[in-house]
Amino acid sequence: MKALTTIKSRFVPINIENIDTDQIIPARFLKATTKEGFGKNLFRDWRYENDDESKTIAHFPLNMSQFDGEILVAGKNFGCGSSREHAAWAILDAGFRVVVSSFFADIFKNNALNNGVLPVQVSDGFLQRIFLQDNNTELTVDLENQSITINSTGEQENFEINPYKKTCLLNGYDDIDFLLSIKPEIEKFETDKNY
Amino acid sequence: MGKTLFEKIWEKHIVKTIDNGPSVLYIDKHFIHEVTSPQAFTGLNNRGIKVFRPNQVVATADHNVPTIDQHLPIKEELSRLQVEALIKNCAEHDIELFGLGHPYQGIVHVIGPELGITQPGMTIVCGDSHTSTHGAFGAIAFGIGTSEVEMVMATQCLLQSKPKMMRINVEGELKKGVVSKDIVLYILSKITASGATGYAVEFAGSAIRSLSMEARMTICNMSIEMGGRCGLIAPDETTFNYIKGREFSPKDDEWDKLLVEWKNLYSDSDAKFDNEVFIKAEEIEPMITYGTNPGMGIGITENIPTAETINENDRSGLSKSLSYMGLEQGKAIKGQKIDYVFIGSCTNSRIEDLRMVASFVKGKKKAADVEVWIVPGSKQVEAQAIAEGIDKIFEDAGFLLRQPGCSACLGMNEDKIPAGKYCISTSNRNFEGRQGAGARTLLASPLTAAAAAITGVVSDVRELLN
Ligand code: SF4
Repeated sequence: MKALTTIKSRFVPINIENIDTDQIIPARFLKATTKEGFGKNLFRDWRYENDDESKTIAHFPLNMSQFDGEILVAGKNFGCGSSREHAAWAILDAGFRVVVSSFFADIFKNNALNNGVLPVQVSDGFLQRIFLQDNNTELTVDLENQSITINSTGEQENFEINPYKKTCLLNGYDDIDFLLSIKPEIEKFETDKNY
Repeated sequence: MGKTLFEKIWEKHIVKTIDNGPSVLYIDKHFIHEVTSPQAFTGLNNRGIKVFRPNQVVATADHNVPTIDQHLPIKEELSRLQVEALIKNCAEHDIELFGLGHPYQGIVHVIGPELGITQPGMTIVCGDSHTSTHGAFGAIAFGIGTSEVEMVMATQCLLQSKPKMMRINVEGELKKGVVSKDIVLYILSKITASGATGYAVEFAGSAIRSLSMEARMTICNMSIEMGGRCGLIAPDETTFNYIKGREFSPKDDEWDKLLVEWKNLYSDSDAKFDNEVFIKAEEIEPMITYGTNPGMGIGITENIPTAETINENDRSGLSKSLSYMGLEQGKAIKGQKIDYVFIGSCTNSRIEDLRMVASFVKGKKKAADVEVWIVPGSKQVEAQAIAEGIDKIFEDAGFLLRQPGCSACLGMNEDKIPAGKYCISTSNRNFEGRQGAGARTLLASPLTAAAAAITGVVSDVRELLN
């Protein structure tokens, strides 16, 4: 997993609530057996008409050249629905390291963190103020200080992250490395368990 | 202070807790399927390690499989490659696979319970969000991502933070024509699709207690649609009777020993819940969804909400959903034309669901311009339906009984609903494009779906019951 400390970048706004993982990456693209290459199908059915790559839907932000950056900003309850980690892979593969929303679904949040994508949960009001910014505005996400700033106005908010997950992300550690390192304790638990 | 059902199971499975961090949770059973496991096996292979406890892993092929001519090679190449990868990975890692052609094959959340693998007090995970289904047995069961599938394969453990506790009490008696799917759609319409995010949800109350195991599974299945980490129901005689004598259920002395433990699995009377919801069973009528998330449901006699009648925050979502669905604010949902009926998925594809549909449609014919697909949840359900003559009833009604798999629940195989068509579906998700690009899904109970199959329009099943 790639470490993440501070991201200063423009952002891509998708001002839609309840974006579920079927929209992020439709089921028909889940047939791969590797983690790479999902980015081109991120939000597939919102990007192209009738699944036809020659017919891009002009008003969808990912298709608009004025939007760019490593930060995706989306409406409330982002990532609900299916547990497919492919959603996090697609977001990462499309070049995003941070997703900002005012609410995240549980499984998506875990999946994102396990792939080095930082979910930043802000207040509804702060989220709306980001959406009001023009496309040249940069945001700064500082993981160490757990803060997000709208650089043009200086408005800032703090966000929560589990301290353990924060350490993992700052250093690029995976959970699996940690779990493997405590295998003797797991084996002992198995012998001792009383159920 | 007393403990909740969840806490009793959770505490027994904690290997250790990291300071200021999550706990290491031991996992008893791990179900895997072809779609979310290949990258996890690749991860293990890259590290040069084997699955740690292969006896605690059970595999099946369900998401991608065709539902007709299952004996033939899978036509779609990428689907075939995923199923083949599963076969190869299971062989290399000594994992039991109930693959295509096996008499136990089926949707992962249908076969676990019906084989007696799912038991009270367990921790159960699977790379699929509807793992919450298994919580109906009084187990902690939840969906995980592929990185977590890899962790469980490598160490039989996961890092988890303890969720908050929520209890949803459904008291009273259900009215005629109202079944467990209606209960859960009703709860969703009240608390919304994110109403239980961050919570482990226990379902309790007299209406829940009176349900069969299969009906309980339908409810826990959809706890993820409320955003819940998992759903649970305390085990009781109904649970024990269901498990007893199944293929992999405990036998003899082991059964006696476990039964004593299982009987302690309930929330103590002084247990603390962070949130409690109370629902009266009498208030529930047959439910149907009109929008593009499972929280957008109404009673069958109600009108689609208008912007003025709903919460301000949900307004933009309402018009976007209705334009996708081709439906109008304020209009009745009853009478809406239907093109497809899908009875299947891990929510409602068990033998009781098929029996319920069969007893309703016996002697009736489907509407001429409706296509009806019945997809059993497993090979065992299929065999049972044939043994009971249910397949004949369906055939006479003009319904097609297909072979087991996830099918049109997520449209990964050929079973897709064409763009713009209306499908009344017993599955759990009505998201845009879920059943095929542009498909319009209305979620309902098997009874309400069967009623639409007969009339060709959204109907109140109560008017058709004698
Ligand atoms: S039937 Fe649908 S919800 Fe259930 S496991 Fe299959 S795809 Fe998931």
